[in-house]
Amino acid sequence: MDHLQLLTWARGPGLDLSLGVLVLGVIWRLIEIYGLGRKQDLSAPRDVAGASGWNTIIRRSVPPPGMFKTSPVSYMGGYIFHIGLAIVVFLFAPHIKLVQGVLGLAWPGLPSQMVDFVTVVTMAAMIVVLFDRINKPVKRYLSTFGDWFTWALTFIPLLSGWMAVHHLLVPYTLMLAIHILSVELLLICLPFTKLFHAFTVFGSRWYNGAINGHKGVPV
Amino acid sequence: MSASLEKGVRVLKEMIDAPIASYFNSCVHCGICAEACLFYTETGNPKYTPIHKLEPMRRLYEQEYTFLGRLAKMVGLSKPVTDAELGEWQELVYNSCTLCGRCSAVCPVGNDIAYMVRKMREGMSASGHSPDGLKGAVTRTVNIGSPMGIKLPAVKAQMKHVEADYGMTIPLDMEGAEYLVMLSSMEIINFPEYLGAIAKIMRQAGKTWTLCSEAFEATNAGMQIGNSDLARVIVKRIVDGAEKLKVKTVISPECGHAYTALRWEGANLVGKPFSFKVQHIVEVLEEFRLAGLLKTEGMETDRLTFHDPCQLARRGGVIEPQRNLLKMVAKDFHEMPDAGFMNWCCGGGGGASAIEEGEELRLEAFKRKKSQLDAVKPKRLVTACANCRIVMEEGLEHYQMNLPIVGLTEMIAEHIPDPVDSK
Repeated sequence: MDHLQLLTWARGPGLDLSLGVLVLGVIWRLIEIYGLGRKQDLSAPRDVAGASGWNTIIRRSVPPPGMFKTSPVSYMGGYIFHIGLAIVVFLFAPHIKLVQGVLGLAWPGLPSQMVDFVTVVTMAAMIVVLFDRINKPVKRYLSTFGDWFTWALTFIPLLSGWMAVHHLLVPYTLMLAIHILSVELLLICLPFTKLFHAFTVFGSRWYNGAINGHKGVPV
Repeated sequence: MSASLEKGVRVLKEMIDAPIASYFNSCVHCGICAEACLFYTETGNPKYTPIHKLEPMRRLYEQEYTFLGRLAKMVGLSKPVTDAELGEWQELVYNSCTLCGRCSAVCPVGNDIAYMVRKMREGMSASGHSPDGLKGAVTRTVNIGSPMGIKLPAVKAQMKHVEADYGMTIPLDMEGAEYLVMLSSMEIINFPEYLGAIAKIMRQAGKTWTLCSEAFEATNAGMQIGNSDLARVIVKRIVDGAEKLKVKTVISPECGHAYTALRWEGANLVGKPFSFKVQHIVEVLEEFRLAGLLKTEGMETDRLTFHDPCQLARRGGVIEPQRNLLKMVAKDFHEMPDAGFMNWCCGGGGGASAIEEGEELRLEAFKRKKSQLDAVKPKRLVTACANCRIVMEEGLEHYQMNLPIVGLTEMIAEHIPDPVDSK
């Protein structure tokens, strides 16, 4: 299999396969988790404005008072790499074209130079949070294979995509194939690793907000 | 109670619901919960990271409720939860967690970690890995009637003292009274002023109230240890008492966990909504204040601050009423840093104060409260939880800080003028 054949496979059957696993995996995992249900709360509720699941989904996106200074690297690194990732994935013109090919949806992208800059910043932020994970006793203590693995799963697509755009190291066709294949691996693993927090974060915040909202506590 | 690993694992499995599954799947190991936990901040030991306290439960969740986890278990790739492991976790789930819920308030993905620890305790207790101090408290509450072993005659003796001191009758088993007043053992033994304060407040408000001979103890060690069957027995007494006396409202005393046990867990434990209202005494006082039924005279002039009991404020939603009440009687009031919703725990909530072997850690964790107090330098500390009060008194004594603590209800009552028509 030469580079072009590899790229063709990645763009064709590889993409179909990984998207299939992603979609079915996400549905399966959501049922597995939320199908467990919960008991109805029989205590008399206390109604307070702003105390609800929906409020908490939004409110938890910013650090509670006093918390930022306790973990500035986690917060800043977290913001930069999540927002950066979203920009790179959804606002890079070739990515939008790909989505258009699959779903028929399209939206305006950002100039590629800007995406290039965001990619570098995002990778830098990811390296900083990786060092923080190694360096900070609590994070190191909590870390498992899954933490290092999912870091790599997220980082490699960024790096390979950036290298493909800049024609670095290996021929463009091969690097693009590596990029696409690494993204496909990410999609396949997403439902079954901690990357699944991309979906459950909304459910978790909602439950916390709803459970405490029942007591009239806006959390 | 015959406890075993099998029973513990079975109970733990039953405890896992959609919120818990969602929480475990959302954790990204960011460690921010550690920064919110006084057992971590004051010791620097990462084992006290709140989410880590749930590790056996997380593994069990994965092995029992996820496809990949079940697969891994089948081929022997994941280690089963062992008795020794649960034994090791006892310190983390009880001694170093007061269910204060600061972790739940900060987790970026929204995990309610305190909710999970509360449920994990059910499994721990069923497996036999719960502290002796709490086991004793539960046994005494179920068999004798209160965690400190207090029986009705002791309550009656206190009633007599208060009647003599205040010249008022303390009603017992009065059917049709509006309020049923609950007590905590701590108040019966250490702070009898509370009962006198209630009598004065109710007289001024012109409200009928009563104690109940079959249900006077509000604290619920069954909830703290994590045994819903026993917690139900304890709550049921209060429900029966309230229904028998046909009261409109049951007043939870100045005790944070009693409030959670009654106000939020009670109906769920007995399996039906209450036919009466449950209010913390601070909520009742605020209602009286708003209705013009609470009138005080004179002001405290020394420098005061207020310690928010976690279960009343962060886990109970009562934050402003205590401040409104303090404004009535305190001239020189100052808030501690992080006061209100994000206040730091006294270090002994959730049953932790009953754990003898946890004392050293508790005193270490008290350094957080100490630094909050050092920032304000009050002359007296006001609170609304008898357990917080005892725990903080111990901490203050240990660090040789001379700072009297006073209950809010008692302070308010001191400013209620005697009625003109009384002799």
